[in-house]
Amino acid sequence: MAEKTVLIIGGGVSGIQASLDLASRGYKVYLVEKSPSIGGRMAQLDKTFPTLDCSMCILAPKMIDCSHHANVQLLTYSEVKRVKGSRGNFLVTVLRKPRFVDETKCTGCGICADHCPVEVPNEFDEQLGMRKAIYMPFPQAVPRSMTVDKANCIECGLCQKMCQAGAVDLKQEPKEVELNVGAVIVSIGFDLFDPTQIPTYGYGRYRNLITSLELERLLCASGPTGGHLIRPSDGKIPRKIAFIQCVGSRDRRFGTTYCSSICCKYSVKDAVLIREHEPNTMVTIFYIDLRAFGKGFQEFVNRAKSEYGVRFVRSSPGEIMEDPVTKNLAIWYEDTVAGRIESTEFDLVVLCPALVPRADARELAKVLGAEVDSYGFFKAADILTNPVDTTVPGIFACGYCLGPKTGDIPDSIMQGSATAARVAEVLERV
Amino acid sequence: MGEEEPRIGVFICHCGVNIGGVVNVPEVVKYAKTLPNVAHAEDNIYTCSEAGLASIKEAIKKRKLNRVIVASCTPRTHEPLFRSACSEAKLNHYLFEMANIREQCSWVHAHQLEKATKKAKDIVRMAVARATWLEPQEEPELEIKDNALVIGGGISGMTAALTLADQGFKVYLVEKEPELGGNLRRLHKLYPTMQDTLEILEPTIKAVSANKKIETLVSTTVSDVKGYVGNFKVTLAKNGEKREIEIGTIIVACGAMNYTPPKGLYQYGVYPNVVTQLEMDELLRNGKIEKPPERVIMIQCVGARKGEIRAVDLTGFPKSDTARLLAKILKAKREEGWPYCSKICCMNAIKNAILIKEKFPETDVIILYGDVRVYKEYEDFYSEARENQVKFVKHIEEVTPEITQEPEGKLTVTAYDALSGLEMKLPCDWVVLSTPLIPRKEEVILARMLKIPISQDGFLMEAHLKLRPVDTQMDGIFLAGAASGPKDVPESIISAKAAAARASILMANKKMRTEALTSFVDEEQCIGCGLCEEICSYGAHYLEDAKSHTIAALCRGCGACAAECPRRAITMQHFTDAQILAQVKAALTEEV
Repeated sequence: MAEKTVLIIGGGVSGIQASLDLASRGYKVYLVEKSPSIGGRMAQLDKTFPTLDCSMCILAPKMIDCSHHANVQLLTYSEVKRVKGSRGNFLVTVLRKPRFVDETKCTGCGICADHCPVEVPNEFDEQLGMRKAIYMPFPQAVPRSMTVDKANCIECGLCQKMCQAGAVDLKQEPKEVELNVGAVIVSIGFDLFDPTQIPTYGYGRYRNLITSLELERLLCASGPTGGHLIRPSDGKIPRKIAFIQCVGSRDRRFGTTYCSSICCKYSVKDAVLIREHEPNTMVTIFYIDLRAFGKGFQEFVNRAKSEYGVRFVRSSPGEIMEDPVTKNLAIWYEDTVAGRIESTEFDLVVLCPALVPRADARELAKVLGAEVDSYGFFKAADILTNPVDTTVPGIFACGYCLGPKTGDIPDSIMQGSATAARVAEVLERV
Repeated sequence: MGEEEPRIGVFICHCGVNIGGVVNVPEVVKYAKTLPNVAHAEDNIYTCSEAGLASIKEAIKKRKLNRVIVASCTPRTHEPLFRSACSEAKLNHYLFEMANIREQCSWVHAHQLEKATKKAKDIVRMAVARATWLEPQEEPELEIKDNALVIGGGISGMTAALTLADQGFKVYLVEKEPELGGNLRRLHKLYPTMQDTLEILEPTIKAVSANKKIETLVSTTVSDVKGYVGNFKVTLAKNGEKREIEIGTIIVACGAMNYTPPKGLYQYGVYPNVVTQLEMDELLRNGKIEKPPERVIMIQCVGARKGEIRAVDLTGFPKSDTARLLAKILKAKREEGWPYCSKICCMNAIKNAILIKEKFPETDVIILYGDVRVYKEYEDFYSEARENQVKFVKHIEEVTPEITQEPEGKLTVTAYDALSGLEMKLPCDWVVLSTPLIPRKEEVILARMLKIPISQDGFLMEAHLKLRPVDTQMDGIFLAGAASGPKDVPESIISAKAAAARASILMANKKMRTEALTSFVDEEQCIGCGLCEEICSYGAHYLEDAKSHTIAALCRGCGACAAECPRRAITMQHFTDAQILAQVKAALTEEV
């Protein structure tokens, strides 16, 4: 029954939307996710712009719908290895990495993690918080199952002993499964540009210099600080915060000449959230062009200026210097409107890195036989009229793996639904 | 079941340590057993685990339970799971009740162990009181007609119609103009590929006319919409002739229109060589600019980002000029316009600038902007324009540029350079105003007929701005293209396909279950005053024979009618007065 079966690669919000739309329409969906839980980037965010909805609160029900849907089979902690065949009949090999925990038995109670003696930084919290070697990346993870990180596990066996459900199986082996599907949807999302590539900023050297995704985790009530906005060097509440736009975006040095489309918007949102968290903290946003397009957004920026007193400076800062004693950061910049070169000190500086293709995007494209564009994003068959088809018939793409043409969450969702329509269009004809 | 003695089972969840680490769960179990009508109580490490669900099913059978309560987390995430466990054990799932002792208790009282336990008991007692009054409900099944109406024959409407027709659904495509094509008819070329608009429009129109599943109705408007999801009755009007169709779903693709400035704003309508960007598109397309202009000036955000008084932020302005500028800014008349950013105008201006440069390489093209919002890969398009010597000047937006005419017919634009703060007097041959896409006037009438709300910016409102961008609050009605806000061609196509996907789910399934939580009118009590009909936002109430009736498929269960009814003739199913009052009474009773 390949005709009525679809493989979706990537369990972020666009992949989830495509899964739910197709499953509700009667298609059998295999949703493959590389990490232990679906949810993707949206799960990492604190709140979403411009409505300030709690990101997890609106995403979690969709994640759960996915796991409950009779037509969706989740293959988490899995990777697509080989794809053969053509539209209407693809043969896919999926590697199920061993999570060393039986998903069907694990209740996610977390008692094993309480006893695990190994602590390592949690990737989900952008390394700001800690997790154990047996862990669930975040409390609302779907499936609700623990995973053993074998690279850090010391094989003490405590988790196995403590588990009341008998779910831990440290001898689990990797397994390959073969799937026969009629169409494939790619929704693997994005990575962040590595700011260490701009040495004059000093990311990685200065503790109070963080990325915007790290800030999301710091602001989030279920994040590593319980939602307390504190700076990494001394745990104090920062009183002067700066955001720097276009870190890697619109930058010919790194080939990332595009605008990442979301940074201006989330920075204004974060600035407003910071002012709500800490009314005495001043926020300055360094920008080149303030790109507040999209529904409700100009109005939101107006409010950020007039109600919340967020300050905007048109500048792309040149250098950041740390005060060795206070660990404060001085930003050197040219205020292009005032026509002055200045230096201002901040307690915490947030970099807004470009959104770049996933590290493994090219490899996956090769497996699928699909083309990528000059940046490494999946190439659309026709950017005007066929925006969610890849260059391979029967293989579609949605979400940020298509590049910055996906502005934000609603765009990702629309594309998810649009790929569902394309799949139905193509397969109903077969 | 109604006559049977209630036998309530209470399952209290430790949620690992989430609840169990704060609330003394065994004590709450003991307490639950003492409550009236409770036949069974137990605790589970995880009630949502396979083992927990199995024990609910087993207890329903063995202990002959006819009500089930799970005291654990939020119904938002877990109610469906527990409800289905009840259904599997042949218990109507409306006889299930959830008590939230995690988010509303253990999480917020993590450091008050005793008080948290007491509060958990209160919450359980309230749930038991309500459960006693629960009644089984049936979810009515609706037939869904597998055909659709698409309103609007622009690129979005045509795309939506084709997407549905290709999947085998019959589509009525209604366009008020005599021909299909919408806004694209007026555009010359499309950014960033610079394809001729007709290259895209003509094949699409051909595909629509060739498709046997699509019935295209031009010069036709929608004059009335009745019914509900799956069963809409729509009246179409063409030259005064009316026709009624019955359809399952509706996709609204009525688009947006280009804002035309009022006469005099930027001297538009006063001097013939002050035109809008769309008019420039038409001039270029029809080759109406014959003489190479010396200079063309484009002004961005004319009538956009203007409806509200923008904060005058002078932090960045050169100190020396601030006082002079401030006086001018405060005096500056607020422009008429729309508050939002129309999103597509920057790219459109760049496109026309490049086209002018291609045709007349010697012409100086200057774009006066506040922010260049060329998002996405369009940045490369912006770079291309700069490489082609198109000049971008950030001007002080708060000061409306002045346009004056010179004796020989040339124009002079006076504006302030934001970077130097200096006044610029720029002679030119053409002034091109980039104006936003704004809602169509017909949209308001449509919105009222379809009962879809309108957002603050005047466009049709999505069911949820983030998560349901093409759904509306009305089941079975979806939004495609610029009807919900400015969109360019690829964005319109994506949203049209998304709307078609959402509509196709309903039509492919041919039926849907509707919520049982609806209003119910006791005809004995009803005096036919019609207040419920008046207050209902969804058109779910109608009067017939001086009595109110509910159309269950339209009712969203909001309860406004029940609150309004002077005779208490309206009951909200599953939220009856008896249920709520019992719960309130239990809340006010001390622990027994």
